[in-house]
Amino acid sequence: MCAARPPPVSTNPQSYSLPPLLSQHGCRMAALWTLPLLLSGCLLGCLALTPPDELPQPHNLPPLLGFNGSDGGPSVDLPMALRVFSVDYHHVQAPFEIVLWIMLASLAKLGFHWSGRVPAVVPESCVLIMVGLLVGGVIYGVRHSAPPTLSADAFFLFLLPPIVLDAGYFLPGRLFFENLGTILWYAVLGTLWNVLGIGLSLYGVCLLAQSSLGDVSLLHCLLFGSLIAAVDPVAVLSVFQEMHVNEQLHILVFGESLLNDAVTVVLYKLFESFLRLPSVSGLDVLLGGCRVVVVGLGGLCVGLFFGLVAALTSRFTSKAQVIAPLFVFLYSYLSYLTSEMLHLSGIMAIVTCAVTMKQYVEANVSEHSNTSIQYFLKMWSSVSETLIFIFLGVSTIQDVHMWSWPFVCSTLLLCLIWRATGVLLLTAVVNKLRRNAVTFRDQFIIAYGGLRGAICFSLVFLIDDFPKKRLFITTTIVVILFTVFVQGMTIKPLVELLDVKRKKRALPTVSEEIHSRLIDHLLAGIEDVVGYWGQHYWKDKFEQFNKKYLRRFLIREDHQARSSILRVYQELERREQRGDEEAPPLVDPRSHSRLLLPEEMDSIRRILSRNLQNFNNKQTPAYSRHTLHQDTTMDRTRKPLHRHQSLGERHTYNTITHWPQVEDGEFSESHRVRAGLSRSHTVCSISPRPVLQDSSASAQTAPADPRPAGDDQVFPQHQVPARRTPKKQLSFVLENEKQQ
Amino acid sequence: MGSSSSSTERIPDAQELMQETGFSAAHLVRLYERFEFLDKDDRGELRLDDFEAVSELAMNPIGDRIIGAFFSPGRETVDFPSFVRILAHFRPTDTNRTRNGRNGAQPEPANSRTSKLKFAFQLYDQDRDGKVSREELLQVLRMMLEMQVTEEQLQSIAERAIQEADLDRDDAISFDEFKKSLEKVDIEHKMSVRFLE
Repeated sequence: MCAARPPPVSTNPQSYSLPPLLSQHGCRMAALWTLPLLLSGCLLGCLALTPPDELPQPHNLPPLLGFNGSDGGPSVDLPMALRVFSVDYHHVQAPFEIVLWIMLASLAKLGFHWSGRVPAVVPESCVLIMVGLLVGGVIYGVRHSAPPTLSADAFFLFLLPPIVLDAGYFLPGRLFFENLGTILWYAVLGTLWNVLGIGLSLYGVCLLAQSSLGDVSLLHCLLFGSLIAAVDPVAVLSVFQEMHVNEQLHILVFGESLLNDAVTVVLYKLFESFLRLPSVSGLDVLLGGCRVVVVGLGGLCVGLFFGLVAALTSRFTSKAQVIAPLFVFLYSYLSYLTSEMLHLSGIMAIVTCAVTMKQYVEANVSEHSNTSIQYFLKMWSSVSETLIFIFLGVSTIQDVHMWSWPFVCSTLLLCLIWRATGVLLLTAVVNKLRRNAVTFRDQFIIAYGGLRGAICFSLVFLIDDFPKKRLFITTTIVVILFTVFVQGMTIKPLVELLDVKRKKRALPTVSEEIHSRLIDHLLAGIEDVVGYWGQHYWKDKFEQFNKKYLRRFLIREDHQARSSILRVYQELERREQRGDEEAPPLVDPRSHSRLLLPEEMDSIRRILSRNLQNFNNKQTPAYSRHTLHQDTTMDRTRKPLHRHQSLGERHTYNTITHWPQVEDGEFSESHRVRAGLSRSHTVCSISPRPVLQDSSASAQTAPADPRPAGDDQVFPQHQVPARRTPKKQLSFVLENEKQQ
Repeated sequence: MGSSSSSTERIPDAQELMQETGFSAAHLVRLYERFEFLDKDDRGELRLDDFEAVSELAMNPIGDRIIGAFFSPGRETVDFPSFVRILAHFRPTDTNRTRNGRNGAQPEPANSRTSKLKFAFQLYDQDRDGKVSREELLQVLRMMLEMQVTEEQLQSIAERAIQEADLDRDDAISFDEFKKSLEKVDIEHKMSVRFLE
């Protein structure tokens, strides 16, 4: 993991030849080498603390991870009564091991990001699986027994929810709902197509290879098909986020992977229960179909319920802000558990919960709490994902493998073929109904980006035991590894090859925005005249309902002002009354404006999107696991930037924006930029960099060109932070703009 | 689709309308039914209060302008052909050959990009002088921003918009400048009501 970086340039090579060069370079190298040292330390810790004699039984777990540990541990025996120093490992065993594994996973992740050119070529998931394979191999080699595996319970109850919650919370809502029909189309019908196709063809293969595979029945094949056909959101996300595809494509694949959970779960459970039944009748199949609907909708309803309750609860958290984030997590997790309890779709529940409560919670809780929520979500989902992949690698090393060339190869082939044909057929139909057709290149990416992941892996372990179960396990692992490695690694070059339409639209100008809004209103009006219940109609209806009932009920009174502009305006008026010299002066309407600074543009743009009802498909940044992107759509009450401690106000303003233009360019560059943005989201950072003042202030000072000397200019901004820091403001820096 | 022409018999000048606007017979019938529905007192033409009865339109920020767009200048009623001609602007653009079948100097079809933009432009340009002045822009902005923004902010937004679009520095936006400022926006898609396909 040696970073191939050039050593820093020494300032004066002649006078002090060695020491500074060595010290700078040496420090960095030393720092870099501690990373793998830590990793190996962890590894050795994992190995050493579980004594080699014990055979770990995969399903006999202590409460959390799929471990089996030792009873008792070494202790230093002193012959006399008093032990000055003793080790009682048994006491802390379970949490200790868990922490070690998490540490291992996180250090591996760190190492990955420091390892120079590797991130550009190999997706993170691959590297983590390889680390897991390595660790598993080492453990196996040392202990000659299978390493701990990922238990299905641990996966479904602890590792999956954070990832899905994170995905749901940061879901680009507008984009998702605009494409909802297509997403559902792919998710439900596509999954059905894949399941039935793969299941039936595999059965055909088993019939053909009667000798070796004769005892695999049709139901088994269908069951296998149901678990292998589903595209996995974790794997898809981790690969796609390193590729910059346009948001429509991203949301299609991602949305599909989220929503197909309902279908997958139902089909899996259906076939499983069919397997237990003595015979299967047509009625059972029909009931199975109903179950799909029930599971999906049920999950949705559970999520909605908990989302609304969470929003309501967050309304009252003003007196105890510190625990406000906790409610978000608790309610989401509760919705997940409840729907799992009722055998509904947990993923749908948690996603719905997150989507529902997001706008109200963000309006209700304080700025710090919002940041905490977002950061914790990112952190947990990151850890979860890393752990999942590492465990995928570790669990591959087992002695339960059964290999069968025809079965494995045909499964791989069939997965690819059926997905490709499914996507082609479905797209051909859905393109007639969509406005933005899904192009052939997009279709290729959708088909090729159908990665399988840990969900299949856990599901296969849950199958009731039957003679060929080990074959299924092996095949699943092979498919997962193939899709993640081969497809994951080659998708980026293939995308570049096919020149998938990247997100390249530049930020809309103010004129574009205004005119687009006008056209939106116009279209809504025309649709009303024609009596057509179009897209705008439903959005309009929902917005009105939202405004009239939901927001009033779920958001605190003092936060209910729909427009942040109004609050800024009130704030400014207050400041004017106090004779604050920063109060922006009146604008001279006839002044010819100079070229506006980007900050002013942003604030104008923000004003527009705040207030104009936005039906449009705005540029939403892609979902990313590693950094926080803020959604710039307007239906959340955004709070502009200031916090005035002196006023004791709760009206905190933030102007976090992440402008989509940042997404352009290479991964490494935008990664740097995004990393910059995420770094600045530290709470209470008294940033020495120029900060963006409240939006309207900058907007108002924009056209005011040469002002009378007495007025304080908000620009240039470098002067301002020095004055503002005493007020301890929360600043979010638009670093991306500075780097343009 | 493709219904028989018998149902269009009730509609006067149906064939010419279909030719002119490109609507199919089925659509024309549907629009006629809608027209009759809106025409509360069965006069055969729509008046201002008929439009205002559409409740959602009343809540639209630019509802008045939209309604106004249906009325030709100087007239107080909208008959069915005018109604259909206005709505023809919102037909999705034919990407292939023109449906009119005439070549050469044919008038621009109502649902071409330019026609759609012209329609939108006229929402701004109430005095029909071919230019959107600062004041006209401000009026529309005021309507859209629903009085939640201060006058200064409005001014700055309008200022910025004109600054961006105004290439010949006459402090107003002409139709060509308007078209140019929207060149990156997919107007054909945005300004189409799929119903009217």
